[in-house]
Amino acid sequence: MTHATVAGAHRHAPPQGFLRKHVFSLDHKVIGKQYLDLALVAVCTGMILSWLMRFHLAWPETPIPGLAKLSPNGAAGGVITPEYYLSLMTMHGTIMVFFVLTTAPFAGFGNYFLPIQVGAEDMAFPRINMMSFWVTLVAFLVLISAFVVGDGPPLSGWTAYAPLSAVGKDAGPGQGVGQTLWAVSITLFCVAQLLGALNFVTTTLDLRTKGMSLARMPYSTWAWFITSVIGLIAFAVLMPACILLILDRVAGTSFFIPAGLVISDRLQPHAGGSPLLWQHLFWFFGHPEVYIAILPGFGIISHILPVFARKPLLGPRVMIACLVAIAFLSYTVWGHHMFLSGMNPFSATLFSVPTLVITIPATIVTLLWIGTIYGARLRFTTPALFCLGFVSVFVSGGISGFFLAQPSIDTYLHGTYFVVGHFHFVMGVAAMFGIFAATYFWAPKMFGRMMNETLGKWHFWLTFIGVYCVFMPMHYLGLAGNVRRYSAFTDDYLKPLIPLHRFITVAALFTGAAQLIFLFNLIRSRFRGPQAPDNPWEATSLEWSTTSPPPFDNFGGRPPVVERGPNEYGIGSGARGVDYGMQAAAARVSAR
Amino acid sequence: MGKLFAVVVTIITVVSTAIFIAHTWWLPPDISAHGHAIDRQLSETMISSGVLFVLSQLALALFAWRFGDREDGRRVKPFPGGATPMVVFAAVLVGAEILTLTLVGAKVWAGVFQTPPDPNSLQIDVQAEQFAFYFRYPGPDGRFGATHPELINEASENFFGLDPARDTSARDDIVVPTLTIPLNRPIALTLRAKDVNHAFYVPELRIQQDFVPGLTIPLHFTATQTGRYEIVCTQLCGLGHYNMRAYIEVLPQAQFDQWLKDKAAQQ
Repeated sequence: MTHATVAGAHRHAPPQGFLRKHVFSLDHKVIGKQYLDLALVAVCTGMILSWLMRFHLAWPETPIPGLAKLSPNGAAGGVITPEYYLSLMTMHGTIMVFFVLTTAPFAGFGNYFLPIQVGAEDMAFPRINMMSFWVTLVAFLVLISAFVVGDGPPLSGWTAYAPLSAVGKDAGPGQGVGQTLWAVSITLFCVAQLLGALNFVTTTLDLRTKGMSLARMPYSTWAWFITSVIGLIAFAVLMPACILLILDRVAGTSFFIPAGLVISDRLQPHAGGSPLLWQHLFWFFGHPEVYIAILPGFGIISHILPVFARKPLLGPRVMIACLVAIAFLSYTVWGHHMFLSGMNPFSATLFSVPTLVITIPATIVTLLWIGTIYGARLRFTTPALFCLGFVSVFVSGGISGFFLAQPSIDTYLHGTYFVVGHFHFVMGVAAMFGIFAATYFWAPKMFGRMMNETLGKWHFWLTFIGVYCVFMPMHYLGLAGNVRRYSAFTDDYLKPLIPLHRFITVAALFTGAAQLIFLFNLIRSRFRGPQAPDNPWEATSLEWSTTSPPPFDNFGGRPPVVERGPNEYGIGSGARGVDYGMQAAAARVSAR
Repeated sequence: MGKLFAVVVTIITVVSTAIFIAHTWWLPPDISAHGHAIDRQLSETMISSGVLFVLSQLALALFAWRFGDREDGRRVKPFPGGATPMVVFAAVLVGAEILTLTLVGAKVWAGVFQTPPDPNSLQIDVQAEQFAFYFRYPGPDGRFGATHPELINEASENFFGLDPARDTSARDDIVVPTLTIPLNRPIALTLRAKDVNHAFYVPELRIQQDFVPGLTIPLHFTATQTGRYEIVCTQLCGLGHYNMRAYIEVLPQAQFDQWLKDKAAQQ
């Protein structure tokens, strides 16, 4: 199925004018960069929120200068109130999961590189692609507006458990307008991601260039393709769930609210709903969402690691099989979030087994990366370091999954910082390392300029050591029974743990500050960096066969013809230093 | 650079493992009849997954140390045996580990959540609300009065919505803010939520369970040590979530009987 040569119908002329070129662009590359810029704004916002939370946890009485201006009620005199802490936490989680971990590795890099890696001129549906970004942006603005509209952002967490999220303002500050804005934002986000996933699937299946069989697709393309299939199902469940939540809130329905609830001394006018229904719908989306965040990282690492190892990826077919297995299994495990939810305890084993089984492909994938490094000629560039760091933090985060997958141990660890440490390592930090590796690796292609290696390495070391100082101690806190989502530790048994919280806070502030190096490097090299050659890393896939940055139609009107797979490293005698074979050797194009 | 990476990863691995092994921060002492099984399951998981953690990190460190590019033109070496033996080995090893954990762990879980409570259990009703727990004992008649949400009134301390005027079994119900229980006697709780989701968590008892509005959820355990412990809420329930707690007071049987008698007399 190689249609690119005949599928001229989607071609469109180069855009004219600033608006068409840079704002309302149909070009997948511009849209990809727009997604990444949005994710950058979102991640800065999310990180500032985490700083505020961490500061409050360590020094709950100390005022934070200027915060009172942002929220006179939530932080009167600069001291965060318990309800405002929960609002910050809810916004942090929502922003990070949806607008960073989904937006950057999947929508951002996927949009930019998937069409190029399969040799297409653009996405299958450029207009839908543009719409997908703009709907995402609106979703983000709707969410952020909760900071200034009504009585502040919602406080029910990124999971928005009903009935707390469903009954309206009786449930607490931010549960009025703020929670409705949250639900509207997530509904819009789902729409955008469905449109995006549709485009990814169609482009991968229909627009591959001549010779680009499925087996020759780079691992990153495979991962984006599999992720979009997951997304098509996951977001298609969350969207109606959010619509039902909105109806409960504004139209008097009772999908998630049972009879006889007395909240703020008021008997609620609802009957017949089920709070567990929300949890099932949410986690049926929520667990696959974890893989939506991390699978592109798997693909990116599998794509980048061989480049710097100068060696083919170990077990390429096994890698793809594992990605598919993980995608399939991700739909069978959602109940492990609900072992203690009041769901029938007999179903716990049913959800526990596939959760543990998913560690098999995850372990194999990890070993394939480690095995790839064996016997390699590793070039320790910044993207390579982030790949190695990814493997390390993914192992650390994955291991704690063994504990939480078992209902008997979850009986103790559920709802503690052990869970916070686990998911931050495995889907937060690991996914971020994937994003960093991708940024340092592809920035030369995207912006035509190299990023600074010295700054990149400083960024890596400080971040790598920093994240371990932040998230490893959270496992210790969890073992000691430290409950999460608390704005202060007033319980007798929690007070001795406050010094460890202070350590984490200091580490988090330092690690956060280290990200300024990245920000500076990214912005500076985008405009001032040294000119990037077409293939600075000596890589094989199609994006390196075109100019940096690629022309409007990616290959200058000459679609590449693919002759081999992406895994051709460490070949030849090493004569003239060329130890790799490009996927499309003859397809070198010149800028138009 | 590879050597630096190897050293940093090794230090991180050794330090974090040492803290786990030293139990610098660890579970509080277990005071329940079932807790030792959970603790053993946890320790076994800690050992088996700890070995995987250390081995993977050290392999990563070793290879990063060993296989840096020295620009000496040497050829890269394939992994010995290729992917297949390693994949089979990993699948069998991890497969055996999860099979063992599941077989043992499912029994532990079943012992806590899938067995019916002892018929001689002391029945106690628990109502969770923003941001407190209330506990109800059936009183001398051994029967709980019916609950009516519309009668719930915080001001008159009718937390359960009882109707003593018309419901004789409700008249002697004892409602208290502290869970007082006798030592070594099976306890059967019935969990109800007045408003939103809450959870019942006592780290020392190794037990945790959500309260879900609209459902009555059973939970049973036996405390094997006297003392006073904290019950905390672990399900986000609103602004006062961090402060939602009660105490559990485990008394010797005789002292408990006296306490219950005193409370009944006060009704």
